[in-house]
Amino acid sequence: MNNLTRENNRQTTTREGERFITPPASVSETADGYTLELEMPGVGKDGLDISVESNELSIVGRRSNNPIGGTLLHRESRPHDYRRAFEIDPSIDVGKISARITQGVVTLTLPKAEEVKPRKIAVS
Amino acid sequence: MSLIHYQSPEVSIWPAFDRWTNLRDEMNSLFDLPMMGYTRQGQLFSGWTPPLDLYQTDDNVVAVLEVPGIRKEDIDISLHDGMLTIAGERQTETVEGENAERTERFSGKFRRSISLPARVDAGKVTASYKDGILVVTLPKAEEAKPKKVEVTIE
Repeated sequence: MNNLTRENNRQTTTREGERFITPPASVSETADGYTLELEMPGVGKDGLDISVESNELSIVGRRSNNPIGGTLLHRESRPHDYRRAFEIDPSIDVGKISARITQGVVTLTLPKAEEVKPRKIAVS
Repeated sequence: MSLIHYQSPEVSIWPAFDRWTNLRDEMNSLFDLPMMGYTRQGQLFSGWTPPLDLYQTDDNVVAVLEVPGIRKEDIDISLHDGMLTIAGERQTETVEGENAERTERFSGKFRRSISLPARVDAGKVTASYKDGILVVTLPKAEEAKPKKVEVTIE
């Protein structure tokens, strides 16, 4: 696959002016498909929105609001939601993409379509 | 006598330029990374630096650390001399036959320390870990809490 690694993230601000964090991602390939991992701390299952539209896989993560209250003394985190998009390869079976989120890490499994998987031909 | 320095043919002046090129490549690679904010750029050279926030309420000091995908057992919280230290390690499992195409996530050890703005009761510190965010609640020691003193005006 040559395209999962190609990103469509030129825009981190939407037309409505909403700002997003581009979450760090890892992509790995196996014979069966691809695994995509993204870091979205503060996002739960309900805040995750994954969609595929004309070969673009888009992952949006919205933070659940857990205000601590009190006075903020020191801040390094950024309060924005997350967004990242990837161009997906035609070899991927879009209908079989699955996702889970565990402790702020989104894991997407993108299986390759049966016809493109390496096949061993038995010699008779 | 010659005024021109002897230069051995093996030692060219180009290594200096190579270093410059490497530096330029490194600078360029900074721009290839997703926007992580300036506070996190340190991790390029020193490992993983998860972002830390600190809050203060009337009763507590609260430290919030974004450490997605870590095991609870791998988090170590300690308190010493008014300094809170959170250390930990993220394990990565490598699957056989897997080919990494892109790796931006950091693995390995981190260590963050922050001095606390008030005295806390070390025996009552609690922590929770949800959605990849560690929240450490440190109740203030009685004498550090703001007190309202009723003064009767005669």
